[in-house]
Amino acid sequence: MAADQAPTPLAEAVDVTKRYGETVALDRAGIRIMPGQTHALVGRNGAGKSTLVSILTGLQAPDEGEVRFDGEPAPRLADRDAWRQRVACVYQKSTIIPQLTVAENLYLNRHAAFVNWPDLRRKAAALLETWSVDVDVRLPAGELDVEQRQFVEIARALSFGARFIILDEPTAQLDAAAIARLFARIRTLQEQGVTFLFISHHLQEIYEICDTVTVFRDARHILTTSVAGLPHAELVAALAGEAAGLAGASSRTAVPAGAGVVLGVRGLAYGDAYREIGFEIQDGEIVGLAGAAGSGRTELAETIAGLRAADSGTIEVAGRVPSPGSVPDALAAGVGFVPRDRHHQGFVPMMSIADNATMTVPERLGEAGLISGRRRDRLAGTLIANLAIKTPGPGLPVMGLSGGNQQKVVMARALASDPRLLVLITPTAGVDVKSKEFLLGKVEETAAKGTGVLIASDELDDLRLCDRLLVMFQGRVVAEMAAGWHDHDVVAAMEGVRLDA
Amino acid sequence: MPEKTLTPPTGSATRKRARPQVRLARLRDFALIPAIIVIAVVGQIVNPIFLQGDNLINILQTMSEISLLVLAQTIVLVAGKMDLSLESTFGLAPGVAAWLTVAAGSGAGLGLVPGAWSIPITLAVGALIGMINALLIVRFGLNGFIVTLGMLIVLRGLLTGISGGQTFFNLPSSMLYLGSAMWLGVPASIWLCLLLFAAGIVLLGFTKYGRALYAIGGNVDAAKAAGIRTDRVLWTALVGASLLAALGGLLMSGHLASVAAGQGDGAIFTVFAAAVIGGVGLNGGKGTMFGAFTGILLLYMIQNVLTLAGVPAQWIQALNGAIIIIALVLSRLTGGKVQE
Repeated sequence: MAADQAPTPLAEAVDVTKRYGETVALDRAGIRIMPGQTHALVGRNGAGKSTLVSILTGLQAPDEGEVRFDGEPAPRLADRDAWRQRVACVYQKSTIIPQLTVAENLYLNRHAAFVNWPDLRRKAAALLETWSVDVDVRLPAGELDVEQRQFVEIARALSFGARFIILDEPTAQLDAAAIARLFARIRTLQEQGVTFLFISHHLQEIYEICDTVTVFRDARHILTTSVAGLPHAELVAALAGEAAGLAGASSRTAVPAGAGVVLGVRGLAYGDAYREIGFEIQDGEIVGLAGAAGSGRTELAETIAGLRAADSGTIEVAGRVPSPGSVPDALAAGVGFVPRDRHHQGFVPMMSIADNATMTVPERLGEAGLISGRRRDRLAGTLIANLAIKTPGPGLPVMGLSGGNQQKVVMARALASDPRLLVLITPTAGVDVKSKEFLLGKVEETAAKGTGVLIASDELDDLRLCDRLLVMFQGRVVAEMAAGWHDHDVVAAMEGVRLDA
Repeated sequence: MPEKTLTPPTGSATRKRARPQVRLARLRDFALIPAIIVIAVVGQIVNPIFLQGDNLINILQTMSEISLLVLAQTIVLVAGKMDLSLESTFGLAPGVAAWLTVAAGSGAGLGLVPGAWSIPITLAVGALIGMINALLIVRFGLNGFIVTLGMLIVLRGLLTGISGGQTFFNLPSSMLYLGSAMWLGVPASIWLCLLLFAAGIVLLGFTKYGRALYAIGGNVDAAKAAGIRTDRVLWTALVGASLLAALGGLLMSGHLASVAAGQGDGAIFTVFAAAVIGGVGLNGGKGTMFGAFTGILLLYMIQNVLTLAGVPAQWIQALNGAIIIIALVLSRLTGGKVQE
């Protein structure tokens, strides 16, 4: 369809480079979006998608390279109005003000010195009517669900005159019916002349709604091509790259037959997050739980660690059934846990390494609820040595450590209780390569002593040491793979596409 | 707190709930009206004086000065900040005016400038305090709660320092006027209080500036993205609040014909209580000026009823505290949301 249109792209980024300190977020990357297209931007975590979006929407200036709209250079960053007339982005994180009504959010800061409420409501209602969004403008915006909020934000973007809209993972929090409604709306708007840049983790959605796709990998532009006629395998290969990651997957010896079962999960279900989950982990076995964000892997791992209570089903840890949703009980049953986000759940930043690392085992630090500083520091000392945490002493606040060493403290806390089962969620997120190798080595070492390990992650490097891989997609385990799997197969299963299509 | 379930309610369900909630949200403004009516009825039963004109004027007169602090605090709270120092500004601003204008030899007065300067000095001191607060909070990004807590102590100490702990008497006549004049048979301070609240209702509810305050208090990044000059709005809010506190202090000094070293001491607790009972959120973006007005009115009506009922003065404080907590419990039950 693009053939007979004017050759000027509606929006383009040319040879854009952006660095944050040492990290290169974008390396001479670019994208050209033609008018009327629905253009997909895909890439794995850290590929540079978010950086490109913030540059295309004028939130950040590129270090090198240039952004053009309709062939003309982009406006100055300070000129918000000019940017808003050209491009709008519906972020995953809401940019509405929950306390104010929908009407007011639509016309925020765009009314005269005195607000004429009836008039404002009428205009807002008319605006939503124009784009057929069925939302009561008198509602506080905080009461909208994700779907309605997205529609309202799209309508607001259009009311500024922008005809180019970036949707940043719009489907991540929607159920299937809502996704269908969103796609229907995208198609309608496309017919009305609106151009979309669509960012998604789900490749099948791209085949459904987009006509062109651009793949980013490792901060670089990999390919841009028409979606029709692009085999799934080729897209997945572009995403995953060639033989990425650390080699030497299986130096591990197989788990001896007849080992005890340390974790038994049967018929587990939890809200919309996951359902019909059942699997076992044996003593000394490392099992990977692969899945993209939103696949339910995090919720499942958190349920096993006692952070959430499943709606139905049972969890049995080393022959005990810990009370659902109770972290103390899970700990007592022998679960060690590295949570998803160390900054939120992993440690208390202003407390010392010693306090953080021994937080799960106060009973080993003294009698009758008292804590002996000496005993704590001795235990912390062994943990610090064991995990090679670089610190002048156990008294240093954790916030003074590098990311890698912080994560080691979190790991130390999980290991302090000598767990029978270790549950790890994205255990190497945001740590340097050396710490990464070290942490994963530690996991193997722990497993070698007979501890069962569950790693929930979408990082292939985290999953490489697993004896077995369970792949989750939209709340279900869709595939099980033995060690020696192929990267492409895992990525494809995580993204919910079939390679033979 | 990590338990955020990512299950948005289904579309149809929200749509069904939608209509009645709109009405509820509007009624939230008038949430205290039934309580005010109940108190009026109870007051009338306790003592038939209660609903007589003189008593009503008495209630309004007693609350008029502190209600300006509620007005000021509401503006600041809606913008997502707090200003604890208002109660000290309430004392210090007229205190400085008295210090400079009251003739030497009478207490701690210096008699440096003629009495006609007292009102401009009061307001200038108020504005200056507001600017210092804004400089520290907005410009330097310090924590507003602690900054204004520090200011509260500093300003209180300054007033004690300049007055030597004494009370200023023999105030110039211009300082007395607003607090003691009668307009159409009603104290001028009541007129001022009602007028300023009416202006406040318009400001917060119907002006671009007022809505910008809500936007900033609700989600400062979204406000910035919408092109609101958030820093400038916060500056004017903090300076305006201090000005209002200074004006309130002026009314109080005129009413009592003196400035005590402890003028306004402890008032901030009542101010916060009135605002929160009136539905103003402590985290910004929530509440209306009308609600805040009903909050302070309710508190003073209850106090008046207790006095009329012959409750010993020693007990009124404890009852006041209890009333504040009961009012919060009630608004939690009717509002349904956890108060943060």
